[in-house]
Amino acid sequence: MNITRRHMLLLLPAAAVAWEHVLAGNPESSPNYKVTEHWWGMLIDIPKCIGCGNCVRACQQENDVPDGYFRTWVERYHVSGDNIETPEVDSPDGGKNGFSPAKEESGKNFFVPKLCNHCAESPCTQVCPVGATFVSPDGVVLVDKEYCLGCRYCVQACPYGCRFINPKTNTAEKCTLCYHRITKGLTTACCEACPTGARQLADLRNPKDPIHEFLRTHSVQVLKPYMATHAKVYYNDLDGSVR
Amino acid sequence: MPKSFGQFGHYRGAALSEIAARPVKFAGHQTCEGCHADVLEEKKDGRHARVNCEACHGPLANHADDPASVTPPRLDTAVLCARCHEANGAKPRTFPQVASADHSTGLPCDTCHQPHSPAITAGGAK
Repeated sequence: MNITRRHMLLLLPAAAVAWEHVLAGNPESSPNYKVTEHWWGMLIDIPKCIGCGNCVRACQQENDVPDGYFRTWVERYHVSGDNIETPEVDSPDGGKNGFSPAKEESGKNFFVPKLCNHCAESPCTQVCPVGATFVSPDGVVLVDKEYCLGCRYCVQACPYGCRFINPKTNTAEKCTLCYHRITKGLTTACCEACPTGARQLADLRNPKDPIHEFLRTHSVQVLKPYMATHAKVYYNDLDGSVR
Repeated sequence: MPKSFGQFGHYRGAALSEIAARPVKFAGHQTCEGCHADVLEEKKDGRHARVNCEACHGPLANHADDPASVTPPRLDTAVLCARCHEANGAKPRTFPQVASADHSTGLPCDTCHQPHSPAITAGGAK
């Protein structure tokens, strides 16, 4: 039998103890929250997005995101004629204050909210040299700011451009899927503030979550599926021009 | 190496509870509805029935914690309503939109519309 390095690590007693913790679930700051009972993602319903920027503002207010940096943002796409390879995309100030009327009404015009895709196989966590960023047992990609060196490897590794270096702390920062809210039974700030329900928090491990029915009955896509990141932000009615 | 490193995987396990301990700023509509049942009644048959309170009123966890001393700011409907309803070619065609300069000549929207249930009917705002 060939034992790979990965198998070897799994067999080590320390790793076995760690796995026991994962299986058992661990109470977080909320007493009834068990990390193993959830697997978080999000649904973005593009035909419902009106580009109001509420999500961007809510995220900045909830998470004290510095001005000029974004954990979530909204892009406006303009696709003229059959030219889907080169869409015109704008996102003034992340779409925080909405969008001016479109210059050209012809062709396709629509909004696409973006955020961390909370990939199950996230490139950003794979490149972190110190284990400061990780996929939590409930499927959220997080940054341990106490441990982050600010080396910026993860910023380059994210294929979706979702990370930045906080200029005050000099550590990597990104969407936490409002981990401090979802562990308390609340939805994320962006979902709470979205007036049209274009953003929906989804618990893929909860069989009663409406996400399952939605995924079965709609044309849903993730961004850059060819990157094999196993992204968990699902886009309904995603146009082929979206990058 | 920190004690909790390796508790869940190749990272500091304590980071999870540290990140989860951050205070919330948006109280959540369930919290609002606990006290403001009257508003819920106004909204329930209108077009804004599914719009959460803090989508317009902003983050108000401070108010929920201490309703007596933290008062939500009064909102300017001429600015607030336009954020969603100002006409834009990229918005879904079925979404109600107006060019506010033509529609209301700058008047606040609540001159005619009641924001919690904005459709204007023969019997008044609904």
